[in-house]
Amino acid sequence: MSGRVLVGVKRVIDYAVKIRVKPDNTGVVTDGVKHSMNPFCEIAVEEAVKLKEKKLIKEVVAVSCGPQQSQETIRTALAMGADRGIHVDVSGKDYENLGPLQVSKILAALAKQEDAQLILLGKQAIDDDCNQTGQMTAALLDWPQGTFASEVSLEGDKINLVREIDGGLEHIKINTPAVITADLRLNTPRYATLPNIMDSLMNNETELHKPNHRTSLCVGLIPLFETVAPEDMQGGTDRSGAMLRHTVLQSGKPKRIILSCLCI
Amino acid sequence: CSVTLCSFKQLSRPWGACQAGWRSTFSRSAPDVASHQPAEVASSFPPLQTYTEEEGMMREAVKKYAQERIAPLVSKMDENSHMDEEVIKSLFEQGLMGIEIDPEYGGTGSSFFSSILVIEELAKVDPSVAVLCDIQNTLINTLFVKLGTPAQKEKYLNRLSTDMIGSFCLSEAESGSDAFALKTRAEKHKDYYVINGSKMWISNAEHAGVFLVMANVDLSAGYRGITCFIVDRDTEGLEIGKKENKLGLRASSTCPLNFDNIKVPEKNILGEVGHGYKYAIGMLNEGRIGIAAQMLGLAQGCFDHTVPYTRQRVQFGKRIFDFQGMQHQIAHVATQIEAARLLTYNAARLKEAGRTFIKEACMAKYFSAEVATLTTSKCIEWMGGVGFTKDYPIEKYYRDCKIGTIYEGTTNIQLSTMAKFIDKEYNV
Repeated sequence: MSGRVLVGVKRVIDYAVKIRVKPDNTGVVTDGVKHSMNPFCEIAVEEAVKLKEKKLIKEVVAVSCGPQQSQETIRTALAMGADRGIHVDVSGKDYENLGPLQVSKILAALAKQEDAQLILLGKQAIDDDCNQTGQMTAALLDWPQGTFASEVSLEGDKINLVREIDGGLEHIKINTPAVITADLRLNTPRYATLPNIMDSLMNNETELHKPNHRTSLCVGLIPLFETVAPEDMQGGTDRSGAMLRHTVLQSGKPKRIILSCLCI
Repeated sequence: CSVTLCSFKQLSRPWGACQAGWRSTFSRSAPDVASHQPAEVASSFPPLQTYTEEEGMMREAVKKYAQERIAPLVSKMDENSHMDEEVIKSLFEQGLMGIEIDPEYGGTGSSFFSSILVIEELAKVDPSVAVLCDIQNTLINTLFVKLGTPAQKEKYLNRLSTDMIGSFCLSEAESGSDAFALKTRAEKHKDYYVINGSKMWISNAEHAGVFLVMANVDLSAGYRGITCFIVDRDTEGLEIGKKENKLGLRASSTCPLNFDNIKVPEKNILGEVGHGYKYAIGMLNEGRIGIAAQMLGLAQGCFDHTVPYTRQRVQFGKRIFDFQGMQHQIAHVATQIEAARLLTYNAARLKEAGRTFIKEACMAKYFSAEVATLTTSKCIEWMGGVGFTKDYPIEKYYRDCKIGTIYEGTTNIQLSTMAKFIDKEYNV
C-alpha cells in the first residue's frame, strides 16, 4: 500500500456571495466574484491531513480540475497540510462543460497513476449540488465507496465508516482502496496558519497536467438550455381547516425547472 | 463615456453602454473588492490596493479566523474587560504574533505589509485584539529583530512568536507626549543595573512575559541617557498594578508598573546604552502605521455592520439608505475611509521600499484616527436607537476609536511632526 490519499478540491463561488444569473441566462456571474474552496472539500482535506497526522497514511495529494485559478485552491489545501498538488488544466469551453462524469474519469486515471490508497472528496459541490463525482469515481475504478461519511476510521486494510443517511446513521466496513465522500459533521476544518501559508507559497510541488482526449472532455454531456433565478415566492393563502389536497394545489407556485437531457 | 458629445437622439445608447461598462467593473462581493481582481492587471504602477499572493492569502485566512474565532467573544471580552485566554492562544497558533520573525525562530517570515493587513482585518472584528497583535509585531518583535544580540534573539524571539506577549514601557505618569522627560532611573553596579521608578498606560501588561523598559542611566545627560532594558516578568521588585477601567479597548489590559530596586543584568540591555531615545522614536514611527491600520479596520468594520442595516430598515415606505441625505453622508464617510486606506497602505509600502516615510506615517495615523471617530459617530446615528444599545456592536466601535487620537503619539504631536517636515521641505 502506497499510503497515498488523493483529495479532490473544487474551486467554487464563495458560499457567502449572493449569486446572480447572467443577463443572457447562460449561467451565473463568475467574473470578479469571490471564489474559494468548496466547504465539503475543506472537510475532506482536513480528514486527510488528520489521517496523516495519526500516521495512518503517508502522503496527501490535493487535486483540482479547472483553469489557472484552481491553483489558489490547491495552495489553500497545501496550507492546510497537504503534501503536494496536482492541477489538471481545464479552461475555456472545456471548463464550462466540465461535469462530474469527466472529473471522475480524471480522478480515476490519476488514482491509478499515483497508486492511491484512498480518494477523499466532498459529498457535493455547493455550486452544482451534483453529489455524483464520488460515486462515479468509485464505479469507474470498481472500488467500494463510503459516501456521506460523518466518521472515518482505518482498521488495518479496511475502513470503518459511519454514514449519515435519511433514516439515521449507517455503520459500514469497506475494503481499501476506496472512495470516501465527506459530509458536514465529519470534522471542523482547521484554519491555514500564516506560517503554513508561507510554506505553501514556497511549495513548488504542484504538477500541471493536461487531460488527454481519452477522458472525453471535448464533448459536454449535458446540454444546458438556460439558467434562471427562481421566481419570487407568492404569498400563500390561509387554508387552515381545508383538505390537504386543496392546500397543496393552492399555496405558492412551483419553481421553474432547468430542462436537461442526458445523452450518453 | 462620451455622452456629452452625442446629440440628444443618440443619448440613450452611449449612456447605456456607459452604464454597462460601469456595472461590469463593479464587483458584487464584500466591500474589499480589490483582493478579488486578477493580479495580472497590466500596469507598471499598480493601484495601492494590489496585493501579492502571499498577502492576499494571509488576509483571507485572518479574515476567516477573526470572524469565526474572535467575533463570538468580542462582546463578552469588552464587558468583562478581559482578553480571553483562548483568543491569545489562537493568535499564537495562527502565527499572527510573529509575522515578521524569521521561521528559524518560529515566526512566519512575512513582510511588514502583511502585518498591516493582519492588523486591519483583526481590527474590523475587535480593535482590542488588533492592538495586542500590533504592539507585539510592530514594536516588540521589531526591536528584538533589529537590535537584539544573537543571544537575546535566541532567548526571546522563539518565545515571542510562540507563546509570550511583550510590553513596551515608555510612558510615565509625568511624561506622556514629553516622553524623554521620563524619570525611571537605572544605576550601574558592576555588571548589572538597579532600576527604580514607575510606568503608566502599559498595554498588554496583564499577560506580558517580557517588558522593554525605557530607563535613564544618567539623568544629567537628559534624553541621551535613555536606555532600553529587557525585563522578564518574574524579576524581583517588578510590580504590575491593577488594570485601568477604560472607556474603550477594554479587553486590552492597560496597567501601571512599579520598579522597586529591580536588578537587570547588563546583557539585558537592548542595543546601546544611551541610545534608547533613538530606538523609541524609530519604532514609534513604524508603530504609527500599525495604529493607522487598526483605526482603518475599526472604521471599516463599523461601516460594514451599519450599511446592511440602512439597506434593510424601511421608514416612510423606503429604505433609509434611499434617502438622499443618508446617501450623501454614507458616501462621504466611505470616501474618508478610502482616503485613510490609501494613506496607510502607501506609508506601509514606502517603509518597505526603504524610502522616507515619517511624515506619511504621521498623516496616516492622524487621518485614520479622525476617520474612525467620524465613521463611528455617524454609524450610531444611522442605526438610530439600536446603535445606542449594547445589543449591537456599533457603540463598542464608537468607544474604541477615541484612543486612536491619543496613543502612540497624540493628534497634536502628529500634526507638529508633520509641520516640522513641511517646514524643512520649503527650506531652500
